[in-house]
Amino acid sequence: MNPLEAIPYARFLGVKIEETDDGLVCVLPFRQEIVGNANLPAIHGGVVGAFLELTAFMQLLAESEGERIPKSINFNIDYLRPAGPHETRGRAELVKHGRRIANVRVLAWQTDPNKPVAAGIGNFLL
Amino acid sequence: MTSNDPNAKRVFAMRQFFGGDNAQELLQYTPHCLYLGMEAVDAGPCFATLRLPYKDELVGDPVKGVVFGGVITTLIDHTSGLSVFCSLEEMRAIATLDLRIDYLRAANPGADLIGHAECYKMTSNVAFVRASAYETDRNDPFANCLATFMLGAHNQGSGVMTAMSEQGQAQASAQAPAKDAPK
Repeated sequence: MNPLEAIPYARFLGVKIEETDDGLVCVLPFRQEIVGNANLPAIHGGVVGAFLELTAFMQLLAESEGERIPKSINFNIDYLRPAGPHETRGRAELVKHGRRIANVRVLAWQTDPNKPVAAGIGNFLL
Repeated sequence: MTSNDPNAKRVFAMRQFFGGDNAQELLQYTPHCLYLGMEAVDAGPCFATLRLPYKDELVGDPVKGVVFGGVITTLIDHTSGLSVFCSLEEMRAIATLDLRIDYLRAANPGADLIGHAECYKMTSNVAFVRASAYETDRNDPFANCLATFMLGAHNQGSGVMTAMSEQGQAQASAQAPAKDAPK
C-alpha cells in the first residue's frame, strides 16, 4: 500500500509520489488553502517545511526494511526563495542510514530544479 | 513592566493588536491559518501565542492518532513570524530564513496544540526567535524551535500588514465623519 494513503496529513496536502529515473519525487499540488502570504502570493513556510519532512519520510520508508515507522528527532529547514503559486516537487537522499538513526537531506523546487525554494535536513529514529 | 524592562520605552508598531482578542485579527488575512482554524491566544511585546485545534486531517500516525511533525512546523513558523512582527517598531515585511525543530516527544493524541514564540534578538536585518509547542503546560513542551527571520525581505506586504491597514482605515473612518455625513 502507498504509505501516503495511510497518513491523513499527506492526504490533506494532496501529496503524490512520482517514480523517476533519478528516484522518488514527491509532488505538492498548489491550492489556495496552503497560501501563507496572499499578497505575494506564497505557500505558507510551515507547509513547505511539512512537505520537506514528508518527502524525507517517504524516502526513508522506500529505502528501509520498514518493520517500524521512523520518528522525527529533529528537522532543519532553510528557506531559499519564496514558494510561489505553483506545484512544488521534492527529492530526498539518505546521507547516512545507521542502525538506529538515519540522516536525510531534502531539496524542494518549483518550475526550475536548479532554483530550489527550500532545503531540509533531519535525523530520524528508526 | 518594570523600569529595567528593555521593552518599556519601545513603541511597537503592532501595539493595537496586543492581547488575545485583538490578535485574532492578525490571522484573518492568511488563507492557510483560516483553513487550519488557527486561533490567537495572546500577543504582546516581542511574543505571540497561538492555538492549533486538533483535527483528524492533521494526523501523521493513524494508529496512535499523533499529529504529523510538519504540522507543528506550521504552528511554530507562524507563531515565530508573529513574534517578530510584535517586536517591530516600524512595520516591515519578514521572511523565514531558517527554522530548526527538535521533536522532544509525541504530541498527545486529540489535544489542541499551543505554540509560543519569543523574538529575543533583533538586528538591522535579522530577527532571532525561540519557540516551543505544548498542550497545556509551557514547561512540558513536545517541540522546541530556533528560527531566524530576514527583515525587509520584500515590499509586497503580508496578511499581518493587511490587518494593520484594514484596522487603520476602520479607525480613520470612525474618527473622521464622512464628507457627505449630515452636520
